[in-house]
Amino acid sequence: MSIFIDEKTPVLVQGITGRIGSFHAKEMIDYGTNVVAGVTPGKGGTTHLGKPVFNTVHEAVKETGAEASIVFVPPAYAGDGIMEAAESGIKYCVSITDGIPTHDMIRVKRYINSAQPEERMVLTGPNCAGTISPGKAMMGIMPGHIYMKGSVGLIGRSGTLGYEAASQMKELGIGISTAVGIGGDPINGSSFLEILKHFESDDETEAVLIIGEIGGPQEAEAADYFQKNMSKPMAAYIAGLTAPPGRLMGHAGAIVSSSGESAAEKVEILEEAGIMVAPTPSDMGITMAKLLKKA
Amino acid sequence: MNIHEYQAKKLLANYGVPIPRGGVAHSATEAIYQSNELGGNQWIVKAQLHSGARGKAGGVKLCKSHNEISEFCDQLLGNNLVTNQTGPQGKMVSSIYVEEASDITKELYFSIILDRASQKVTLIASTEGGMDIEKVAEETPEKITKIVIDPAVGMQPFQSRQLAFTLDLPNEVVGAASRAVMKCYRAFRDTDANLLEINPLVLTSDNRILAIDAKMTFDSNALYRRPEIFEFRDKTQEDPRETNAAEHDLSYIGLDGNIGCIINGAGLAMATMDMIQHAGGEPANFLDIGGGASSERVATSIELVLSDKNVEAILINIFAGINRCDWVAQGIVDLLNKREVDIPLVVRLSGTNVEKGQKILRDSGKKVITADTLADAAYKVVDAWKSNK
Repeated sequence: MSIFIDEKTPVLVQGITGRIGSFHAKEMIDYGTNVVAGVTPGKGGTTHLGKPVFNTVHEAVKETGAEASIVFVPPAYAGDGIMEAAESGIKYCVSITDGIPTHDMIRVKRYINSAQPEERMVLTGPNCAGTISPGKAMMGIMPGHIYMKGSVGLIGRSGTLGYEAASQMKELGIGISTAVGIGGDPINGSSFLEILKHFESDDETEAVLIIGEIGGPQEAEAADYFQKNMSKPMAAYIAGLTAPPGRLMGHAGAIVSSSGESAAEKVEILEEAGIMVAPTPSDMGITMAKLLKKA
Repeated sequence: MNIHEYQAKKLLANYGVPIPRGGVAHSATEAIYQSNELGGNQWIVKAQLHSGARGKAGGVKLCKSHNEISEFCDQLLGNNLVTNQTGPQGKMVSSIYVEEASDITKELYFSIILDRASQKVTLIASTEGGMDIEKVAEETPEKITKIVIDPAVGMQPFQSRQLAFTLDLPNEVVGAASRAVMKCYRAFRDTDANLLEINPLVLTSDNRILAIDAKMTFDSNALYRRPEIFEFRDKTQEDPRETNAAEHDLSYIGLDGNIGCIINGAGLAMATMDMIQHAGGEPANFLDIGGGASSERVATSIELVLSDKNVEAILINIFAGINRCDWVAQGIVDLLNKREVDIPLVVRLSGTNVEKGQKILRDSGKKVITADTLADAAYKVVDAWKSNK
């Protein structure tokens, strides 16, 4: 199967009866995702979009066998919702919510990591567009039609910049095995490195494109992992060459606050590791085409 | 969110962190009153603005008379002070903090950060106080101690002792330093802080530990549950364009170029700015209008960008996921029906309902330059800007 989700994965939607959760749950079902149930505390026993709604994630997992969950819960309660998913045996969780307090996310990660490695839930996001395995299943808010099925793994911090990359590749006839949004927050569920490990062992992925930006050490960690452990070729783009240091550029994590965090420095680190870096954002597709030709 | 030094000190004092005595003033008269309250014959007088490096910029002075205090206040209060962190326009000195002078024998560095590598709260301390800590970390990393806090149990006393014993302090002061560190941690934890920096933390000649400077920043996403912190907000320290944008739930940062940018998504916004520069222009701003961009939000954004007098051309780049290109196009046309825009306007739409959106723009008869790709859009806006100059 693809990494994380395919057409068979039973998916739960936390916050399914809310305006945003409901809208995107419908899009996900229309795309072919196997949505099995929703959770909204207090609305257990009802039906929404033709799916049963439960009061707790625990109950939903017990009754439906859900393995993945997407969390559309307002920021003040989202951390709680993610921990509930982890406690209930969900294997893969996507958190879309933007604006979760950082101190909450630190606790959430500690909670998830307290489980044994083999039992541990994988979290991607928050503040991301979600994950899609084109032609199979979508857990997110992206426009599914811009993703072509294929063999490139895509990982990005930004949602719309990920769309840009996917559509540039589609124009050139390059498809995607799975696209994963890891989100724009300073503390996120999974880093580039963690997703790279999954792509490295995925039969359906031949090459990887990562889309990074200013701030944080995660692109440098990815470069190090690539150099030491990866057999598959990799390309990258880093946004924020024109971003002034010390300013928060929209994403809570997009800020140059120490050395190694600027776009120019990250580009240098990636290139030194042997990763092909797209010089401009409009070259993401072409760069991947060159990489595939070389491979 | 940033706060002033005097506010951070007040907050820390509430947790029992030792700070020099001092008082805030908004006029020279008030400053002299504060110095009388403190007594003594010399005072540290500090300009309050949201920036570090104030000392080097002339914002901190040891005053030995009321005349000196008065002169210093008249010179700084209400005026902008330029430091190496404020940008060329500087930031307004909104108040003055008058503090008793301390007899310092040792300067230390102490901070608490949300470390992105360990993804945990981390304490940093060094014997090299008053210095640029990044430089110390690079040149003499052995002089820096880092303590990582387990979020499940919080900081433990042995950790604050560990840290205090690395600071080369007289034995009888280690206990006080260790307690000060623990109190700082509690203040950080309870207020959803992103950063707490005390540079310098000092040892005085009478063996006391004192926080001579204090900088704190807070997680904006957590202010809803920290009303006492939100009250510290000082709008005079913000770019009015950014404040105005925030009121419309838009993320805006003013820059120095001439090409106004309106984009959905922070990453795509940064990438578009990079592309403009690559094409030979300079962005006038960062503006992320969010994932779901309605007609109204697009119109509000154009108004906002136009309010910057430096803007000589505008690029709108929307990749519609949740939202739809036809809504965005309608927002642009609605605004152009309402007001004249006499600078070039380049629009690139992509994603959901792109054909419908382009048709609305074409049929409107308005002077809008359309572009198909990101590169196309960047080159078109730079060309239009150059030929319009």
